Amino acid sequence: MEMDIYKLVTGPVAWLAFGIFFIGVIVRAALYIKGLDWQMDRVAYTAHRKHGIRGAIRSIAAWLVPFGTHSWRFYPFFTIVFFTFHIGLLVVPIFLQGHSILLKERFGFGLPTISDFSADMLTIGVMTAAVFLVLRRLALPEVRIITTWYDYLVLAIAVAPFLTGFLAAHRIGNYNFWLISHIITGEIMLVAIPFTKLSHFVLFFMSRMQIGMDFGIKRGGMKSKGMAW
Amino acid sequence: MALGKLCNREPVNTLEQLQELLNDKGGKQYYEEMSDLDVDQALLWNTIQKTIKAKSRIKTWLEICAHCGMCADSCFLYLANNKDPEQVPSYKIQSTLGEIVKRKGKVDNAFMQKVMDTAWSKCTCCNRCGLYCPFGIDMGVMFSYLRGLCFQQGFIPWEMKIGSGMHRVFRAQMDVTTEDWVETCEWMAEEWEEDWPGLEIPVDKENADILYTVNAREPKHYPEDLAEAAVLFHLAGENWTVPSEGWEETSLAMFAGDWEGCKLQVQSVYDAMKRLNPKRMVVTECGHAYRATVIEGPYWAGLKDGQTPIPSLHYVEWVAEALRTGKLKIDPAKRIKEPVTYQDSCNYIRNAGLADCAREIMSYIAEDFREMTPNREHNFCCGGGGGFNGIGRYRKERNIGLKVKCDQILATGAKLVISPCHNCWDAIRDLEEVFEVGIRWSFLKPLLLKMVIVPDHLKPSEEE
Repeated sequence: MEMDIYKLVTGPVAWLAFGIFFIGVIVRAALYIKGLDWQMDRVAYTAHRKHGIRGAIRSIAAWLVPFGTHSWRFYPFFTIVFFTFHIGLLVVPIFLQGHSILLKERFGFGLPTISDFSADMLTIGVMTAAVFLVLRRLALPEVRIITTWYDYLVLAIAVAPFLTGFLAAHRIGNYNFWLISHIITGEIMLVAIPFTKLSHFVLFFMSRMQIGMDFGIKRGGMKSKGMAW
Repeated sequence: MALGKLCNREPVNTLEQLQELLNDKGGKQYYEEMSDLDVDQALLWNTIQKTIKAKSRIKTWLEICAHCGMCADSCFLYLANNKDPEQVPSYKIQSTLGEIVKRKGKVDNAFMQKVMDTAWSKCTCCNRCGLYCPFGIDMGVMFSYLRGLCFQQGFIPWEMKIGSGMHRVFRAQMDVTTEDWVETCEWMAEEWEEDWPGLEIPVDKENADILYTVNAREPKHYPEDLAEAAVLFHLAGENWTVPSEGWEETSLAMFAGDWEGCKLQVQSVYDAMKRLNPKRMVVTECGHAYRATVIEGPYWAGLKDGQTPIPSLHYVEWVAEALRTGKLKIDPAKRIKEPVTYQDSCNYIRNAGLADCAREIMSYIAEDFREMTPNREHNFCCGGGGGFNGIGRYRKERNIGLKVKCDQILATGAKLVISPCHNCWDAIRDLEEVFEVGIRWSFLKPLLLKMVIVPDHLKPSEEE
């Protein structure tokens, strides 16, 4: 029975989840670009492509660097929590040794890997950061007022694969149960990315690119060094 | 009652309609009628579907806002109101536009009045929050859009309805007609010609180097501003002109969310450019005027490259250039000796990148220039932007909003604030009235006139 479930979630369900994830992400990015409208957005995207691209790159780059913008520097504690959370979220699933072994078994290739110790540290980082993100939502009036149950749900979807994976890897409790839970929660996350707020996985880049072009073309980028993010 | 006599979904297009609104002192009847105004839910939803449902930017912004609260401290109104959570930009837009979208336009009168109050008294569209959001979500852009929805439904402050009507009827925010304007030009030239031999305010001269355009308040309330501009052009030896029509740069229609009115207004200026064929346009010391006509205007008018038909400069750009090239020379003995600070206008600095010109000017004219903190693109709104200054209904909220700027100015230790923007200038004047902190404020023109070296052959006749 357990083996059947395992086969199912690592077989057809996994294919489905990855399929939805990859296609979904591409579709979201494509729809975003298709929905840009020079007159409605009031940005001459194509007429000043060079300034636009420059602004887009500057805008994305500045925000990807911890403390790279005024805003990151203004909220140092949040910035550390934020980057701990997101770096772990991206690095662990892609470079985990266990995942690489799976890839090799299935497709005959692996990715460079990080040590299990680093993976553990990053995973603990993700989970700790998530706790702080929840506490922050509860504690700060300016965050509490905009928080909805949906924000917690999205956070739970993102953290669940880490918690279950950690429990499975360290053989805490029933290994098979946590392993299967890990796979299922991971698949839920993959599917959720295109359809929920987690779509910011790709839309962050789209939105930042757009506002970078806005500032680069229209709001002074052609008359000054460009926005000091 | 579906539609009121004064408060309705029809924009003001005739002088009679405008007069009726003006006769309604303080908008008393107007706001009474607003309480009975129906929301055209079908129209509202239809507009949203046509504009944002299919379009990326605002739709995505509403969807992916992570509710992180990093926009909170970026908003001067949040800070001025003791960090009231209801002033968090994300909250303000989610609880208004976000809610309308979520409810598919099925909102009632009370809700729309709340939306109106939020759109005009809790956001000046200064776009500062857009700079601090990790996703680059710009609540100023969304509030601007929301104001458009409000305008279409008739839920706009009385003064904004009048303002947009003024542009539709007169192509000027104040009831200044072509005759009034041309007369003012002639009158000012005559009056100041005695002191400045050869001074002219040429109207409708073709092929000039500079087409000068203004804020209607100048001819209406302080025509000497026009004369000062004329003297400075005269001293700089510029070949310039003003258009008889299409001379008004401001756009209360933009503050009102009347996009059709915006287009009509800005088209009048572009027509003047085409008619008179000048090389460049210089806009007076006004922030929103520059933004409306130079930054946003081309899009309203459907110009695909987002540029005005001829290159357009804000006054600070012209002054910086004139000082740099030596067209205007400053008498070193007359430079400003006292500590002086500079108000960065959101509209031509954050929205047009002109922070450097302002600093360049200060390097020529001030000996003890002190920056506000923060400054340049990160400066706070004066508290009077986006039409806030002019709306009686929100006077109290506006006055609270002035506090951040007041503290910023006081922290510099300067008593003099240079402010080449009408709205900032007004806000600073008003903050002195409210807080009585003993500061003075000035446009550039009168300061420059006191400092500039006058070539012998242009000296005022009394010295001859």
